Amino acid sequence: MNNKQTYWKTNLKYLAILLSIWFTVSFGFGILLADQLNQIKMGGFKLGFWFAQQGAIYVFVILIFVYIYLMNRLDQKFKNKE
Amino acid sequence: MELQYWIWIAVGASFTLYIAIAIISRASSTGEFYIAGKGVPPIANGMATAADWMSAASFISMAGIISFNGFDGSVYLMGWTGGYVLLALLLAPYLRKFGKFTVPDFIGDRYYSNVARGVAVFCALIVSFTYIAGQMRGVGVVFSRYLEVDITTGVLIGMFIVLFYAVLGGMKGITYTQVAQYCVLIFAFMLPAIFISLMITSNVIPQIGFGLKGSDGVYLLDKLDGLHRELGFHEYTSGKKSTLDLFLITSALMVGTAGLPHVIVRFFTVRKVSDARKSAGWALLFIAILYTTAPAVAVFSRINLIETVSNKPYDALPEWYNKWEATGLITHEDKNQDGLVQYVADAQLNELKVDADIMVLANPEIADLPNWVIAVMAAGALAAALSTAAGLLLVISSSVSHDLIKKMIKPDVSEKVELIVARLSAVGAVMLAAYFGINPPGFVAATVALAFGLAAASFFPAIVMGIFSKRMNKEGAIAGMVVGILLMLYYMTKFKFGWFGGGTNKDWWFGISPEGFGSFAMMLNFLVSIAISRFTPAPDIKIQKLIEDIRNPDKE
Repeated sequence: MNNKQTYWKTNLKYLAILLSIWFTVSFGFGILLADQLNQIKMGGFKLGFWFAQQGAIYVFVILIFVYIYLMNRLDQKFKNKE
Repeated sequence: MELQYWIWIAVGASFTLYIAIAIISRASSTGEFYIAGKGVPPIANGMATAADWMSAASFISMAGIISFNGFDGSVYLMGWTGGYVLLALLLAPYLRKFGKFTVPDFIGDRYYSNVARGVAVFCALIVSFTYIAGQMRGVGVVFSRYLEVDITTGVLIGMFIVLFYAVLGGMKGITYTQVAQYCVLIFAFMLPAIFISLMITSNVIPQIGFGLKGSDGVYLLDKLDGLHRELGFHEYTSGKKSTLDLFLITSALMVGTAGLPHVIVRFFTVRKVSDARKSAGWALLFIAILYTTAPAVAVFSRINLIETVSNKPYDALPEWYNKWEATGLITHEDKNQDGLVQYVADAQLNELKVDADIMVLANPEIADLPNWVIAVMAAGALAAALSTAAGLLLVISSSVSHDLIKKMIKPDVSEKVELIVARLSAVGAVMLAAYFGINPPGFVAATVALAFGLAAASFFPAIVMGIFSKRMNKEGAIAGMVVGILLMLYYMTKFKFGWFGGGTNKDWWFGISPEGFGSFAMMLNFLVSIAISRFTPAPDIKIQKLIEDIRNPDKE
C-alpha cells in the first residue's frame, strides 16, 4: 500500500469513529434513548432532554476540533504540503 | 431617548457599516466575486458562515418554536448543528481541494457531464429561491414591527442594501459584511438572554441558568413541567412526536444543512484544505453560542409568559403585553367573560393566541431592559436576515453566470463579460426575491423548512459518493439526483399545497411528515445511484485520478 492509500485509510478510520460518536449523542441519547435517560437527573436537567437541547451540540463542536487536530497531525506525518 | 430614535440609530449605523465594508472590499475579478479570491482566514470564514447560515428564522422564530414545542423542538437544535459535523468530515476539505467556484462545478466535473451540471444548477436554484423569499419577507416584517413602516417599504429598503453590497462586493464584500453581521446578531441575541437569566436564576450563563432553581427554590424545568400539566399542555421535557418522525426530521435537517449550496460554497473561499476544516469548526462554535442559548431563552420566556398571563385579570396585564397586542402577535378573547386570561391546551377554553416570534422579540421588554437594547435587537434581526439573503443571492447569481452561461451555453465568454452577467443576475434575483417578499405566495413559509429536504434529497448523496466512491458514475448520480428531488417535490407539494390530490397526515407514507421525508428521499437517491452505477460503465482513469487528488491535501 502506498502512502496515499495509508493516508486515506487512516482518514476513513477517524471518520468512522467520530461519526459513531456523532450518531450516538444525537440520534442515540437525544432521540432513541431519551425516555430512558430522562429518568436520570443532572441538576435540574433530565439527561435525555439535556443531550437533545445542549449536550449533543457541545459534542458536535468538540468532534470537529478533534478531527482538525487528528488530520493536522496526519498531514504532518505524511508531509503533505499545501 | 425615544425608542424610535434609538432604533433608527442602530439600524442606520449597522447599514452604514455594511455599505462601507462593501466599498472597501469590492470584487474586481470573477475569482473574487465567486469565492473571495480564496483568501479568507478561517476564523473570519467561520463567522461569515455562521451569519450566512443563521437566518431570520434562527434569530426570531426558533426560540419561540422550541418554547411551544418543548422537547420536540430539539429536532431543530440538533438538526441545524449536527450538519456541520457532516460538512467538516465528509464534504468541506475535499471540495476545497477540488478548488473550483460552485457546487454544480463539482458535480459537473466529477460526473464528467453537462447533464449532471444542469441538474445540479436546477436543484441549486430551487433550494436557494425558496429560501431567499423567506429572508426578504423577514426583513420586511422586522422593519414593519420595529420602525412602523409598512412591509413593502421594509422589503424595498432591505433589497437596496443587499443589492448594493452583494452586487458591488460579490463574495469578497459579502464575507466581510457577514463577519460584521455575525457580531451584531450574536450581541443582540445574547444581551437580553443574559439579563433574563440573571433576573430569574442569578446565573449569568443562560445555558446553565435554565437547569437551575428559580427564586422559589424549584428547578425551572420541573416548574415548567408542572405548569404544563396543570394547563393541560404536553409535558415540556418529553416529546409527543413519534420517535421515527423525530429521527427522520433531525436527519433531514442535518443532511440538508450539509447540502445547502450557499453554506458549502463558503468553504471554497479559504486558502487551503486545513483551513476549510478549521472554518467548519469555528462556524459551528459560533453557531452553537446562539443554538445553546435558544433553548434557555425558550424556557425563560415560556415561564414568564405563563406566569404573567395565566388566570390574571386582563386589565392588569403589564405594558409590554398591550404593546405587542397592538401588533396582533398576541391576542385575547374573553370567552367565558370572567375578565381573567385563560391560557390552556384545550382549544375550546383557551382565550390566548400567541405567535412564536414574540418569545424573542418581546424579551427585552419583558425583562424591562433599556430602549437601546431593543434597538440592538432590531439591528440583530436585520443582520440575520440580510446576511443569509446575500449568501443565497450569490449562489443564484453564480449558478446563472458561471454554471449556466460560462460552463454550458457560451464557454468563450470573457471574464469581464462574465462578471457583468454575474452582477446583472444578482440584480434580477434580488428583485424577484423582493417581489415574493412583498407578495408572499402561500408556499413560502412552508417551503423554507422543506428547502432542507430538497438539499438532502438532491446534493448530499451526489457529493458524498463523488468523494468516497470511485465507482460512482454519471448515470448513477444523475438518476439519483433526479429521483431524489422529484420525489421530494412531489411529496411536499402533495401534502403541503394539496397538489396531486393532496392528503392529510393519515395518508403520509409510513407516517413520515413532509419535513422528515427528505431523509427518505435521500436514502432512495443513494439506492438508485448505487444500483444504476453497477450496470453502467465505471468512470474513466482521468476521473479516478481526480478523486484520488481531492482525497489528499498534498499539492504536487
